[in-house]
Amino acid sequence: MGLIHNSRIKSPWILHFDNSSCNGCDIEVLACLTPLYDVERFGIVNMGNPKHADVMLITGPVNRRTARVLKNLYDQVPGPKMVIAVGTCASSGGVFHNCYNVLGGVDKVIPVDVYVPGCAVKPEAIIDGVVLALTKLANANL
Amino acid sequence: MKELIIVILTLVIAPIIGGLLFGIDRRITARLQGRYGPPILQPFYDILKLLGKERIAVSRLQFVWVYSYLVFMIASLLCLVLQSDVLVLVFLLGFAGVSLVLGGFSTKSPYSHFGANRELLQIMAYEPVLLLFAVGIYAQNGTFLISEIFNQSKPLLFNLWPLFIAVLYILTIKMRKSPFDISTSHHAHQEVVKGVITEFSGPYYAMYQLAEWYELVLVLGIVALFWTNPLWVGILIALAAFLLELVIDNVAARMTAGWMVRLSWTVGLLLGIINIAYIYFTKGV
Repeated sequence: MGLIHNSRIKSPWILHFDNSSCNGCDIEVLACLTPLYDVERFGIVNMGNPKHADVMLITGPVNRRTARVLKNLYDQVPGPKMVIAVGTCASSGGVFHNCYNVLGGVDKVIPVDVYVPGCAVKPEAIIDGVVLALTKLANANL
Repeated sequence: MKELIIVILTLVIAPIIGGLLFGIDRRITARLQGRYGPPILQPFYDILKLLGKERIAVSRLQFVWVYSYLVFMIASLLCLVLQSDVLVLVFLLGFAGVSLVLGGFSTKSPYSHFGANRELLQIMAYEPVLLLFAVGIYAQNGTFLISEIFNQSKPLLFNLWPLFIAVLYILTIKMRKSPFDISTSHHAHQEVVKGVITEFSGPYYAMYQLAEWYELVLVLGIVALFWTNPLWVGILIALAAFLLELVIDNVAARMTAGWMVRLSWTVGLLLGIINIAYIYFTKGV
């Protein structure tokens, strides 16, 4: 079990989902994959497929339309899985918190493991958030 | 007894070589793109992690087809290392491909169906050329046996170099590299998500990756058959072909499925047929 446990920390595959973000945080998420930050150094790969993902990076406030999609995607990711709310909007709803169509942060729909605040989030902060999630995964008794 | 040892060694060593080659692939690709890249052992971390994931089966038959993909791929590789029949090798490889397609069709996901249809197109593109490769060996040596290739002092490459170019085409399709990265859509997730492997998750996806490692060793072994005396020259040629594929992957854009079939049929089949016709012509049959 130790070998598999160690491998989990070394190969987090990411699913990036945009609720109703302004795309600021999404661009920063993609910036992590560029040569400047190159998160593939740590085995982090951006997967387009929830069934292959381990970590969900979710940006933007949840609205009434995306809540169902988000729940569906969360159910499709096989466990053990981690959810990271990227940006102020994903964490709490941000400036959109009292809009008529916005439910609030991601934690209104699915359990969130790590909150990464910022508007827009810095790529360094996103990488920090993923590392924090992995530490949580390493300490978890699975 | 000697054959049993060869079989066991192949089963153990082939995935290690395949995994390392995939790791080198990811590292070199990263360097070509100006990135640092993951550690060489990254594919092993990935597969171990996938083995520890939750099992989610979306259809009852899916895992049967994944296992049969793996088993047929191993059988095909064993045909090569036991120096058996080239024709049997090609047919077993075909069965493996069909298993993957049926695995894709066994689910209800439209992406999976799209990918499976495209995998069928890929099989249609490479299978005739592989058959011509087998026929070319027959035309040259008078037998389909791989052991006969090892007995010949003159390498196949001298008389079969047009078929060698055709096999390099097949290598790009089989390695799922960029111009012909049609069915699994390695980089273009927006198009068909992950194509035929969309619905394989956790341990089943690990089985698929293991089969891919065996497959890589197998197709590189087929390339190495072109120079078997001494064998290390053939292995060097295979490694050079592997590096060439990485460069092609990074400089080429993806083609559509139609273009893949058209190109591999015009270039591959034409080169193969001319090659075999020339051999028979010079032999005076």
